[in-house]
Amino acid sequence: MNAIPQDLFFTAEHEWVRNPDGPSARIGVTEFAAAALGDVVFLSLPAPGDRVEAGGECGEIESTKSVSPLFAPVSGQVVAINEAVIDAPELVNEDPFGAGWLFEVAPVASGDLLGWQAYEELTAEGTN
Amino acid sequence: MSEVFARRHLGLDVSAAAKMRAVLGLEAEESIMDRALPEALRAGEPDLPPVLTEQQAIDRLAELARLNTPARSMIGLGYYRTFTPSVIRRNILENPAWYTAYTPYQPEISQGRLEALFVFQTMISELTGLPVANASLLDEATAAAEAMTLCDRVSRHQKLRFALDVDVFPQVRAVLETRAGALGIELVGFDPENPDPSALEGAAGLYIQYQGASGRLVDLEPSAEMAHQAGALLAVGADPLMLALVKSPGEAGADIAVGSTQRFGVPMGFGGPHAAYMSVRENLLRQLPGRLVGLSKDAQGNPALRLALVTREQHIRRDKATSNVCTAQVLLAVMAAMYAVWHGPAGLVQIARRVHANAAALREALRQIGAEVREGKLFDTLAVRVPGQAAAVVAAAERLGLRLWRHDQDTVYLSTDEATTPADLADVVKAFQSPDAVPPAAAIAPEAVYPDFGELSRTGTFMAQPVFHRHRTELAMMRYLKSLADKDYAMDRGMIPLGSCTMKLNASTEMIGLTWPEFADLHPFQPLGDAAGSLQMMAELSAALLELTGYDAISLQPNAGSQGELAGLLAIRRYHQERGQPERTVCLIPTSAHGTNAASAALAGYQVVPVAVDAGGNVSLEDLRAKLAEHGSQVGALMLTYPSTHGVFEPSVREICAAAHDAGAQVYIDGANFNALVGWAKAGHFGGDVSHLNLHKTFAIPHGGGGPGVGPVACRQHLAPYLPGHPFGGLASKTGAVSAAPYGSALVVSISWAYIQMMGASGLKLATDRAVLAANYVAARLESAFPVLYRGPGGYVAHECLLDLREFTHRSGVTVDDVAKRLMDFGFHAPTMSFPVAGTLMVEPTESESLDEIDRFCDAMLAIAAEAEQVASGQWPLVDSPLRRAPHTAAALLAEDWQAPYPRALGAYPARLGRSDGIGGIASPGAATGQGAAPSPGVTVTPGETGSGQGGNAGGLDDRDRGKYWPPVGRVDASWGDRHLVLKLP
Repeated sequence: MNAIPQDLFFTAEHEWVRNPDGPSARIGVTEFAAAALGDVVFLSLPAPGDRVEAGGECGEIESTKSVSPLFAPVSGQVVAINEAVIDAPELVNEDPFGAGWLFEVAPVASGDLLGWQAYEELTAEGTN
Repeated sequence: MSEVFARRHLGLDVSAAAKMRAVLGLEAEESIMDRALPEALRAGEPDLPPVLTEQQAIDRLAELARLNTPARSMIGLGYYRTFTPSVIRRNILENPAWYTAYTPYQPEISQGRLEALFVFQTMISELTGLPVANASLLDEATAAAEAMTLCDRVSRHQKLRFALDVDVFPQVRAVLETRAGALGIELVGFDPENPDPSALEGAAGLYIQYQGASGRLVDLEPSAEMAHQAGALLAVGADPLMLALVKSPGEAGADIAVGSTQRFGVPMGFGGPHAAYMSVRENLLRQLPGRLVGLSKDAQGNPALRLALVTREQHIRRDKATSNVCTAQVLLAVMAAMYAVWHGPAGLVQIARRVHANAAALREALRQIGAEVREGKLFDTLAVRVPGQAAAVVAAAERLGLRLWRHDQDTVYLSTDEATTPADLADVVKAFQSPDAVPPAAAIAPEAVYPDFGELSRTGTFMAQPVFHRHRTELAMMRYLKSLADKDYAMDRGMIPLGSCTMKLNASTEMIGLTWPEFADLHPFQPLGDAAGSLQMMAELSAALLELTGYDAISLQPNAGSQGELAGLLAIRRYHQERGQPERTVCLIPTSAHGTNAASAALAGYQVVPVAVDAGGNVSLEDLRAKLAEHGSQVGALMLTYPSTHGVFEPSVREICAAAHDAGAQVYIDGANFNALVGWAKAGHFGGDVSHLNLHKTFAIPHGGGGPGVGPVACRQHLAPYLPGHPFGGLASKTGAVSAAPYGSALVVSISWAYIQMMGASGLKLATDRAVLAANYVAARLESAFPVLYRGPGGYVAHECLLDLREFTHRSGVTVDDVAKRLMDFGFHAPTMSFPVAGTLMVEPTESESLDEIDRFCDAMLAIAAEAEQVASGQWPLVDSPLRRAPHTAAALLAEDWQAPYPRALGAYPARLGRSDGIGGIASPGAATGQGAAPSPGVTVTPGETGSGQGGNAGGLDDRDRGKYWPPVGRVDASWGDRHLVLKLP
């Protein structure tokens, strides 16, 4: 597994956020999550304009093993979704921190976010 | 003694059983049940009628058949006479290649029925004008209930409302009332002839019967528009034969279509089984319940079918699943699809026109004798008003051998069908004439009727796919069906050791009555006197099942295990409600339970609370007590499976049940594993209040490639008033209907009846003993390579064993998938994969398999373990190993550039090569067992063979190798198909 990018913030639900303080927070799932999910085949993302609440369910990520809820790490209005990942869900597996991003929110508040070291500890516990 | 049926059913004779016992360290004559089954659960010898031989059972069945009076049904309401094409009856219904197959979870060895189901989906999509159809549901009424819950899921309305056509089939209404009641959904009436938008206010959906029960045929478009404006979806219950002539629901703007394909060549059978369907618009695809076949590709890039989007199913999503339905009606869906293949679109149009012309001509004739017949467009159903005379008319028809439907005291409904004759029409007219009437002057002239549905006419072509046009001759059809069957692995080829599925023998004698007209041609709503023989048979079956389970009352209505669960849980809820405890809506379910338990509980209106499992795999009494304390008076039910889903007789089951009872809860015992108890222990005695049984597992109804299932629900006396009822069939109840037909899939319960009659009490007891013995033998033989994860007291498993591959996978990288696929090369169906624990295989040999076949399976598993060692030791890279490249198709093995580090022959004939020190360098599996548990059976070459067998080269093939089953496709890529969904033929 690759190193965890140090410029991102994380949630206990294995999502990442870039720029949680805005103006546009980009959100995706971590490499750890992508590996655990297996081949991602479908994404149900919130629509641009939707309001999401930090910690609330806002979509689904479907792999060949499971259907898991997506949670919003921050509160605010959805300003963009990654059309490329809708067409090619495998991007989540191939490049979870990059081209496999999911959606962007104009944040007004954020939930409990972890720094990269805290997240690294969390996943280390999870694998033991 | 050869006429004793049990000897035909049981795979292990006395000497084989003794050999197995010796391996397990038991005395030669000792029953393993005395060691494995906790003493406290032991029940006395069941009291069942004297055992019958096969011939006696056939004679007795014929006697019962003679008590039935099929008559000529024109009752309609979703059930019609139809001609089963003989080529379909002989090559599908009576062919074990189709009926003994399992659900196509292993796609590489299921391409034939996956293709047939793909044709089914295509047919439904084309007829209904909606792009996505599933691979069948249980019956039309439960399909309508699924449509209702689908609407509810996607609706953004807060208040739960659902609008229902006032002219809906009565059985559909009954099931919707049951299901809506459980979920707190309010049903409101809607009349599409006088559509009133206020009825749709706040409704999640609208359901319209197309054609209505009275034969009403109206344009769906205004209702569709009105529904959409109100934010509701339109679901349509559509007659598929009628759709050959009239505008499709999809074209009219419907979002969902459901219906029954019974009249596509599947006999009424006093209620079932038949395949229902559901099709939806593209945007609802992921909400679609049931199984869905999709196209993907295999490892070589060739097209291959498999079940798509399986993560929506209950076994993964549990209480969040789209539905609790797991069984479909595959055998019946295949028959219906092949009926469409046989007739093609032009044939269907011709049949539909004839049916319609008979109805139209009959309406004209009835008018001429002064009868008041419903005006307007019609397809095949007439509503005739005869004020105060309906009963008299129906009685007159009965005397003529016809069955019509008394809708109320003033109205008679009747429907024409594929089998309607001129004599039927003349008799109908007679029945409506007063005794002194002069016969009508005009002849009934269907040939003069030209169907004209005006703006409701179907436009454009449908079913243009080549499959619906290439099989017009019987030779072509026979070969097509044979080619499909040849692609599949069923019980007719070898063992299907699926844990929790009980793939035992489905004997020919048990199935012989299915095509007898006395059973096949009964309408489910016929007067009960017409079905005296069927009812007698069901009473005998019910009595036997009650004797075996220790319960007091039973309903045969649920037409799948999941429906039995739902019925049992609804009975419990109703019971609490009537006792003034409606707040008991928590259902405790162990984390080890099958996901369907949780899905059924959610649909019955419960909140699911999981109970932990301890390190030994047993329900944690500690956690159970904690959960009971925490949820106290809210707990309505505890759902248990016994023996557990881990294949173990949990010793503390009585304590567990008592703890639940002490808290005021009821105990539901899932009977999925009843094959380990039959004749030895009774759920009703050791703590169960209610259970369902899977007649398709324990009582020999074939799996049919994924249905039919039958899931009777049995209970103790205090729950009896809450068992499923039905508006017809004399079944009053406080809970309502759970299936379309009063007696569910009545036709196939004769299989279980015959099984019990021919096995008798001692045969059934012996079957349980042998099933448990075989599972323990497998556990002992495989233990060294694959540790058994959970064992009960004394170290014994029940009727199945859970092999833990996690360490094996960790060491070698070889996964349960690899093992499953490699077993195909050995000529086996895989055991159950990763249920109920990820990274495991669950093996259930059943009582029907022979020692030879069981040893062949164990040898294959040990050979696979030895192959995995080659990978672990670095001799073979995993990706180039025969395990990861399995299953091997002939084409892949013949590829010019063979690059793999093992010889082609090892791919094709692993058992042959594994037995020697020959090609591939595989150690003898006998050595790999390390136990000397049983003699390895394979090394002897039978006389008449080539004689070079011991050399271990592919030239020395034995009979089994020569008859090898070749998987038609390589490893199927599930992800690719789920990312590029193709769900019907182009």
